[in-house]
Amino acid sequence: MADVQKSQKHRSVTKGKWGIIFMIPFALAFFAFQLYPLFSTVYNSFFENYKDGLNQVGPNFIGIDNYKEILSDGSLLRLAYNTLIMWLIGFVPQILISLLLASWFANHRLRIRCAGFFKTVIYMPNLIMASAFAMLFFALFSDIGPVNAMLSSMGFGTFRFFSSPWATRIIIGFMNFLMWFGNTTILLMAGIMGIDPALFEAAEVDGARPGQIFRKITLPILKPILLYVMLTSMIGGIQMFDVPQILTNGSGSPNKTALTLIMELNKHMYSKNYGMGGAISVVLLIMTAILSLLVFKFMVKKKED
Amino acid sequence: MARRKVHLYDETEIKENMSLTGRRTIAHIVLIFLTLLCLFWFYMLFINCTRSNSEIMKGFSWLPGKNFFENWKNLKNSTVDVFTGLKNSAIVSIISAALCVYFSTLTAFAIHAYNFPAKNAVYTFILMIMMIPTQVTSLGFVKFCRDVGLENSFLPIVLPSIAAPVTFFYLKQYMDSSLSLSLIEAARIDGSSEFRTFNSIVLPLMKPAIAVQAIFTFVSSWNNYYVPALLLQKDEKKTLPLLIAQLRSSDWQKFDMGQVYMCIAFSIFPVVIVYLLLSKFIVAGVQLGGVKE
Repeated sequence: MADVQKSQKHRSVTKGKWGIIFMIPFALAFFAFQLYPLFSTVYNSFFENYKDGLNQVGPNFIGIDNYKEILSDGSLLRLAYNTLIMWLIGFVPQILISLLLASWFANHRLRIRCAGFFKTVIYMPNLIMASAFAMLFFALFSDIGPVNAMLSSMGFGTFRFFSSPWATRIIIGFMNFLMWFGNTTILLMAGIMGIDPALFEAAEVDGARPGQIFRKITLPILKPILLYVMLTSMIGGIQMFDVPQILTNGSGSPNKTALTLIMELNKHMYSKNYGMGGAISVVLLIMTAILSLLVFKFMVKKKED
Repeated sequence: MARRKVHLYDETEIKENMSLTGRRTIAHIVLIFLTLLCLFWFYMLFINCTRSNSEIMKGFSWLPGKNFFENWKNLKNSTVDVFTGLKNSAIVSIISAALCVYFSTLTAFAIHAYNFPAKNAVYTFILMIMMIPTQVTSLGFVKFCRDVGLENSFLPIVLPSIAAPVTFFYLKQYMDSSLSLSLIEAARIDGSSEFRTFNSIVLPLMKPAIAVQAIFTFVSSWNNYYVPALLLQKDEKKTLPLLIAQLRSSDWQKFDMGQVYMCIAFSIFPVVIVYLLLSKFIVAGVQLGGVKE
């Protein structure tokens, strides 16, 4: 079979120019909408270019002053901290529950009933418009929302969720968890199904308990996929925007404790401060590039295996 | 000797079966709990759609109210033009999905079926840029669109989907496993042009993979908020996520909450329907692709 494929590959040498022609639309769209914007973003980060009231300031070349400004006052660090905390609040339960569910789904002896139904339901929150989901949570947890109505009718008095930094962060983390644990479960399940069943059988014959099998066989083999899930989730975490943006109406309130990196970038883009926005983008770009490179390395390794 | 072995086996078997039943019960309880946790929000949304503002202010209810049509009528007559939003969202999502799957398949086919200089370098490069999110280059992109006057146009929202590395990667993987080059060769011998071969042979063969990717692109485009919010300022151009955001930013306490819930339900309804109809393909797609967003 492999030989047949190889000989077919050789035939593809002919008519190579059509391969280039078919690449043109992708290449054009890529250069216009990704590569040029990338260079323009980096370029703009070295300029002073914003609107002061009605006056346009710049563009003037100011070197790395924008970077100095965002990095010196520690505000970017605070935003990174907010983003990281909210990502962790969602990711830790997400990976634990996904691992548990995936090992259950993939275990044939456990015979989960209606597995198809469960998989369908847990994936559903992922497809829902994040802005609508956030608006729903806001309406439910707001000061005059049904959650507070219920609390006060039970005699607890009202709790102002969106005035408490940790309540707000936990709601955002919880929403991220809800939106992503189904996706992670399905990915991990595919990984577990790929493990040779003979390994599990051998372990069972040797008298290993389910917990031991999970720790000694499933986890080590899943390590690359877990790493992949973690890296992609981190890249997704850096991009966290829709949920906190809608939930806090763009303010990251209370007191900017729910303000994420992309929300800050969004503010600069909205006010057309291209210099500062550019500098933040470049910092984010470097962060994601490092993570992406790790993902890429993982994918190349997977292909070789 | 043999007898004793059988006996031992029976004993462990019984013990194991009992612990298996216990584990099975726990697994099902946890799964039912998570299912309820996922569905609760949708159920609340549905219930609150059917209740009046004053009823909603009183708190939760497990039973629907009688205000469904009243809320619907109010939403239709309100300042938030959901029908234009629906139309805009539909246009943007359908065109994005069509452009994305067509050109991604074409690009994947170019890499799969032809040899040209630097092909492997191009392929590696596409894989490398795959993970870079749109947000980090959005500044240059939005500035470019503003400079050339493409604000309030759908073009900058739909055209970038022509170059979608993730979709490309998925389709390329699918081609590697199931598109035989001998078919292409046969078409060539029959005198079919390369472009026609692609349209009339490759595209139909790729249908299952294309369908999965079309759904994903449609949904992510339907839900897309970040770039459209920066580019679409005119009311008649706004997509549904932008209208939802508007609900939150205006003085929402004055709103009729029944209407707010109705608007949320209206905007997620199409995706829920698509999902319920096609969930099998979607779940399978996630499992196969391994990569999304």
